[in-house]
Amino acid sequence: MVLEILGALIALIGSLFLLLASIGIIRMPDTYNRMQAGTKASTLGSLLFFLGIGLGHSGLWGKLLVLSLFVLITNPLSSHVLARALHFIGKSPLLVGYDSRDDLADDMNQMEEL
Amino acid sequence: MKSIFYRLTVWILLLVVWLLLISSIQLQEVIAGVVISLLIVLMPLPNLSVFRYIRYTPKRILYSIIFLGVFLWEVFKSNIDVALRVIKPIIPIRPGIVKVKTHLTSPFGRLALANAITLTPGTITVDIIDEYLYIHWISVEAEDVDQATEKIVSNFEKYLEVIFG
Repeated sequence: MVLEILGALIALIGSLFLLLASIGIIRMPDTYNRMQAGTKASTLGSLLFFLGIGLGHSGLWGKLLVLSLFVLITNPLSSHVLARALHFIGKSPLLVGYDSRDDLADDMNQMEEL
Repeated sequence: MKSIFYRLTVWILLLVVWLLLISSIQLQEVIAGVVISLLIVLMPLPNLSVFRYIRYTPKRILYSIIFLGVFLWEVFKSNIDVALRVIKPIIPIRPGIVKVKTHLTSPFGRLALANAITLTPGTITVDIIDEYLYIHWISVEAEDVDQATEKIVSNFEKYLEVIFG
């Protein structure tokens, strides 16, 4: 009983992180930064959610372990591929009004000149 | 001989995943898993050679466990970091792409490094060209390649260098 309540609380915190991730996706100014919110806050959200479910239903531990492993491996991979494709089609990560730099675009231009 | 060892590794891996998924020790399900994973392993597997980078020595296993702890702690920190950025009235960002250098040569090591970087505070790996990783950083805090390498990569690299050699 105590474990079930604890599990429910942890799952609640996990879903809070998922909520923050979705708020981040709306609030961030460009696609790269939306991806930052979508990848990170949702990873911990899902992991906490799995932990909470695992505490409530002890028969599901194995499945949840495999699931969290897959989330940890595939979540960063997919966001990496999206970011790479986005840069490849020429979207600059620099925003108007922020002082920063883009090493990848600089190096690409250098390679084309050679 | 080596190929047999790699196939054995794949077999054990498949079997462990199967046992975790069914999460019950009923004899017929276990036997089905053993037989089917054995059949899969006996098929021609073209990319077995990637396993040559994985060796099982006590030091490597110890470092893997330490790395897992460091990694999970960084994941936790990065989630808090992004969550706090999201709810601030003016989002504190200074986005840009920085270049960092890595010494790792094995594919597994680089995969682990790129994934670890993506899951840690404010950074996404965008591309790998030769020995440089290009990283989208949500608020750039480094002036040149060395400084960025020190801040992003060195924390993980010292473990991954031992684990994957």
